[in-house]
Amino acid sequence: MRVQIPLIITFIVGIALIVAIFVPHDPFHRMNEEFSVYFDLIAVFAFILGGGNLLKIHGNRISRRSRDWKYSIVTVVGFLTMLIVGAFKIGGPPGLTGDVTAEGSWFKFMYDSVFVSCQATMFSLLAFFVASASYRAFRAKTKEATLLLIAAFIILIGRTPLGHYMTGWLPQQLEFLHIPNLSNWILSIPNMAGQRAIMIGIALGIISTSLKLILGIERSYLGGEGK
Amino acid sequence: MAEGKRDIVEVLKAIDRRIIFLLIALAVILPLAFHLVFSVHSSPIVEAIFDKVESLPPGSKVLISFDYGPSTVPENQPMAEAVARHVLHKDLKLYMMAVWATGPPQTEVLIRNVIQTDFQDKVYGVDWINLGYKAGNQGLINAILLDLKGMYTTDINGTGIGEFEMMRDVDNLTDMSLIICIGSGFPGVREWVQFAGDPGDIPVAGGVTAVEAPLLYPYYPRQLLGLMGGLQGAAEYEAALVSKYPQFEASSEQAIQLMGPQTVAHLVIIAFVVVGNIAFFAERRRERRRKA
Amino acid sequence: MAQTLELWIAALLTFMIFSFLYKDNPFYKFAEHLFVGVSAAYWMVIGIWSTLMPNLVARLWPSSVSGFINMPEDAQPEYHFIIPAIFGILMLTRLVERISWLSRWAMAFVIGFAAGTNFTRYLQSDFVGQIYNSMYPIIVKADGGFALGATISSIVLIVGVICALIYFFFSKEHTGAFGAASRLGIWFLMVTFGAAFGYTVMARISLLTGRIQFLGSWLASIF
Repeated sequence: MRVQIPLIITFIVGIALIVAIFVPHDPFHRMNEEFSVYFDLIAVFAFILGGGNLLKIHGNRISRRSRDWKYSIVTVVGFLTMLIVGAFKIGGPPGLTGDVTAEGSWFKFMYDSVFVSCQATMFSLLAFFVASASYRAFRAKTKEATLLLIAAFIILIGRTPLGHYMTGWLPQQLEFLHIPNLSNWILSIPNMAGQRAIMIGIALGIISTSLKLILGIERSYLGGEGK
Repeated sequence: MAEGKRDIVEVLKAIDRRIIFLLIALAVILPLAFHLVFSVHSSPIVEAIFDKVESLPPGSKVLISFDYGPSTVPENQPMAEAVARHVLHKDLKLYMMAVWATGPPQTEVLIRNVIQTDFQDKVYGVDWINLGYKAGNQGLINAILLDLKGMYTTDINGTGIGEFEMMRDVDNLTDMSLIICIGSGFPGVREWVQFAGDPGDIPVAGGVTAVEAPLLYPYYPRQLLGLMGGLQGAAEYEAALVSKYPQFEASSEQAIQLMGPQTVAHLVIIAFVVVGNIAFFAERRRERRRKA
Repeated sequence: MAQTLELWIAALLTFMIFSFLYKDNPFYKFAEHLFVGVSAAYWMVIGIWSTLMPNLVARLWPSSVSGFINMPEDAQPEYHFIIPAIFGILMLTRLVERISWLSRWAMAFVIGFAAGTNFTRYLQSDFVGQIYNSMYPIIVKADGGFALGATISSIVLIVGVICALIYFFFSKEHTGAFGAASRLGIWFLMVTFGAAFGYTVMARISLLTGRIQFLGSWLASIF
């Protein structure tokens, strides 16, 4: 029950989806269609699970008075407030009709004032850390590191209007040295070559892992009992 | 003299990170305050998207998927707005959806900035529609490649999908003439290529954050017809649009305006790397001399 | 009024998070914890209203949602949707330790779907597709003549792909000609990482510009 049934489910779903590509007729075509919809619906339960888990973890921290437990109250209050105003569509279109993110709803208000500002600012912090890392960590210690830095410089200049101002005067015979052209070339040729090799490597890894999962060789998702 | 040199190296090595933070903040704030604006030229990879939209006959269906959130709005929103403006101006049918839960609020911003401002004559359900978000990531793309109405039973407001004129002859994604994913990660352009473009033989174009752009080049041009990478990609599309349709000059230059601070900040970062390296090599040379 | 309040809360939280640049402090922690709670609820609510209600509840029990979703009057229940409902509920058993093993059944479905679709999609787009994309003529002719630039680019591309792949091939020792190719592969990868670094800097600066622009609009609303 705990091991065999999950393995059977994974096998049937995985094999059906692979066969559906090569035999795009019923019942496999229909299975592909239905399984995709089922997957989308189960994904929503994962969101609910995430919310439940958050409450459980922070609830425990509050009840045990763990380190920084007072901040857990902030998390729980924020979570419950957002959940209530969203679940009952408070404000905005009348009753439960209309889009939950409609203008005027409290949910949209909290989204714009809290979610947007926090997420956008957290990501923008990275600009400062990239600057600091550029100063302290990027050293042309070896030939390879120098190559990396040169490529980065060309991209940094070539992907801004600065590149046009710096080398826009070059004659047509030397057009390939125009920095924006150089940066486009780096992206389209050596970068593409490197990324393609990485992509092929990742694809092979994913294909083999998928097969191992479908055939029940890889069972780590079952926890310790699958071994 | 040697003492003085050593001092400079020591000072450079010991610069507080907060001074670096301050300099980078100033590099962004000052050009913004003084409205430093440069002219932008488009590159072939961006022009490919522009030309594709130009070439579509009126009435063709274009799907824009809003697969990003507030964290990358400065890069992604100008792309989405420039493309939507172009699509509506060419009398193409605009379908909007999201594979990211944070996509619908960005769609609302686009409706306010583009449709309600420049295209008030366009009718909802006839010329454009907002299908909203559905959960499932790549599973959603896989599902709507086979049956779009199976997942999108209603539009974003809960109105039955069959009630809209522009949805009557749409069964699945293969009915789209072009899919443009404006994305910033997973699921995004890669998944649209893998789960819609390749299996459905549908032209897919992308607009992504600069972080993601280099990773997607291997798909270009056979699997991905064009790519807008970061703020520069957005600015290039705006430049192409404004150059062909100057009436959008006032409304479609969001990204172009931001390229001023972007350029100055790049210069400052380059200066950081150069100064950091000068300090490093000076220190190394001094140590070698000491050992000798 | 609501707009002003929204602007002020957003500005306050922006400053709280920026305060981390000085050092970790209670204001940053407050904003961080608030964000975690609000974002978890956001995803949950959006999932429920956008997908669960119209695609599951409305199909299993159409009359229950007729007040807020436009359903055809003759809509009949589609009973096979009980399958994702059961799997979904099984997934939630993870919250109850005694029966949490049942959630594996739902996980098994999710993993089976991901493995099945990824197997074919990665095979087509990222493996076969990439080999196909590399099949370009090495000697390029344009306008009836030999195109030197395009020929060099084609050669660099194909050599780059092969050498970078050789670098990732660890079943053979990297010596001799194989080692030389592998070293060349490293150079290509270094240029790739350089491009990625340049683009990463570009992305982060753009995000900061957006935030500074917001603070500018907040300041403008005051004066």
